[in-house]
Amino acid sequence: MTKSAADVSVRPPRRRRSTYTLAPLVLIAANVVLFALFFVWPAVIGLVYSFTNYTGVGAFQFIGLDNYQNLFGDSTFYDALFRTLLYTVLVVPLNFVLSLFIANLVVSKQAKGASVARVVFFVPWLISPIVVGVLWRWLFGENFGLINYVIEKLGGAAVPWQSNADLSLGVVVMAGAWWGTAFSMLLFIAAIKNVPTSYYEAASLDGAGPWRQFVSITLPSIAPTSFIVILLNTINAMKEYPLFVSLNNGGPGTSNNLLVQYIYQTGFNRGQIGYASAASFVLMLILMAVAIIQLIVNRRVENR
Amino acid sequence: MTTTDTPRPVDADSARTVSKKRPRKGNSGELRRAVPATTLLWILAALYGLPVLWFVLSSFKPAGDLFSLPLTVLPHDPTLSGYKAAWDSANFSQYFINTAIVCVITTILTVGVSCCTGYALAKYNNRWLKFFFICILATTMLPSEVMLAPEFLVVRDLGLYNSFGGIILPAVLTATGCFMFRQFFLTVPDELVEAARIDGARELSIFMRIMVPISRPIMLTLAILSFQWRWNDYIWPLLMLNDPNKFTVQIGIQSLVGAQNINWSVLLGGSVISMIPLILIFLVFQRYVMSADINAGLKD
Repeated sequence: MTKSAADVSVRPPRRRRSTYTLAPLVLIAANVVLFALFFVWPAVIGLVYSFTNYTGVGAFQFIGLDNYQNLFGDSTFYDALFRTLLYTVLVVPLNFVLSLFIANLVVSKQAKGASVARVVFFVPWLISPIVVGVLWRWLFGENFGLINYVIEKLGGAAVPWQSNADLSLGVVVMAGAWWGTAFSMLLFIAAIKNVPTSYYEAASLDGAGPWRQFVSITLPSIAPTSFIVILLNTINAMKEYPLFVSLNNGGPGTSNNLLVQYIYQTGFNRGQIGYASAASFVLMLILMAVAIIQLIVNRRVENR
Repeated sequence: MTTTDTPRPVDADSARTVSKKRPRKGNSGELRRAVPATTLLWILAALYGLPVLWFVLSSFKPAGDLFSLPLTVLPHDPTLSGYKAAWDSANFSQYFINTAIVCVITTILTVGVSCCTGYALAKYNNRWLKFFFICILATTMLPSEVMLAPEFLVVRDLGLYNSFGGIILPAVLTATGCFMFRQFFLTVPDELVEAARIDGARELSIFMRIMVPISRPIMLTLAILSFQWRWNDYIWPLLMLNDPNKFTVQIGIQSLVGAQNINWSVLLGGSVISMIPLILIFLVFQRYVMSADINAGLKD
């Protein structure tokens, strides 16, 4: 056990493989070019422009850290950042709980018709975020939506789903979780199926109930998948845009403008490319923090 | 090799039927536990399905009935007028063709490029390949939404503004695709490559003649995923395209939503039409999407 798993698996092929240079180079050439063009180049000029007052055309001057200083003094930016974090903090756990619960139900042998139900859970994922927004807007319309109609029929008062900022965000959170369940569920189903059944058999012989089995066997066994699901969903939530645009257009007013929308508006509606680049870099740093966690987890899983 | 060739759901299903055949004791206890689980499952399924059902049913209502109280679940006299209006009025057929062109070309390129890269990452062991793998990892963390402004400038400077090329090319490199192929080719035994080398096959012909054909299931899975991503893309086409004749379906729908007075009849029709291609693809290739391979790159 002195050797790590990685050493064992890498050692024998190294001798044979390392002589090839041309073939792998040809194979990755296309992606290397694309990577350089659409990833490295934008990242570099983005970083450069974030220190300038570039407007997209004409000359520009280096203005040092002014963009960043303005950014951190801009209350609109803070609102967008806070709203983005709030959305992420709400939608990721909701999505996690729902998809894990549904995955367990679908996999369990007790629930009948699971294969049909699985298709139903899957349908939202096939709908584009724009249309998901339209769909929930239709459902939660203040004057015409089905939900308010039902609430009024039951004797309640119409709920201001559109004109109250927090309720409006709540609707987007529901829509986001509803849409994202399918993919997370798919990952969870695969992970749960990989747990050896003998664990459960042994546990039930020892008298463990379903809840106990779930907490003590399922949860620890699928931990790597849980991490990945949370991280992927976090990254996706941080860059959410189309769902908000079609559901409430960042409204009421500008109260639900998220970071990507902020970047879009400063960069393309107001033409402040340099300023938008600075905002991009702040978002990038946040995602980078998330990314580093994911890399560490990935490595740990691969070396297992 | 035979194991990698068979799609996984078949395995899973056969495993399930085997376990079903296993004799069970305590049938009444089984039933007592089956009832709550089944009920719960179907309540949740209803919660997930109802929004879509309501949406689709509403789209069959004539424009005048959409807001008439009391709201009815089933349309009184179902009509396709909303669909027809959407298809004719908003230049929808053109958007559809545009989106289809973009999706198909991007998907073909993505599958091809990812297959090559994934194979190289799995079967060769150079230091710079490892470095490139980390670079690809980095792209998942930093999607193009994050670098909207600079990426826009790059594509503009390449002369691709307001062309399909500007939407297609930046979307071809996907980390998920490379992961999926890498993970798949890792399961292919090295002996296969070795044997071909001993027989005198050249590196690239090993790839083209042996590896490409056996990776077909992954190709199909990635093709479906890629098609879905590109069909649903919104912000990047919105930035890139200036000419209304080149708009994609998602932009078309958003322009209906963004209108001062939303024409719900047209919007509902257009939205449902835009859902059809993906749902059809999903129904045909269900087992490839549902297969566990989908997360090959993300898990384990």
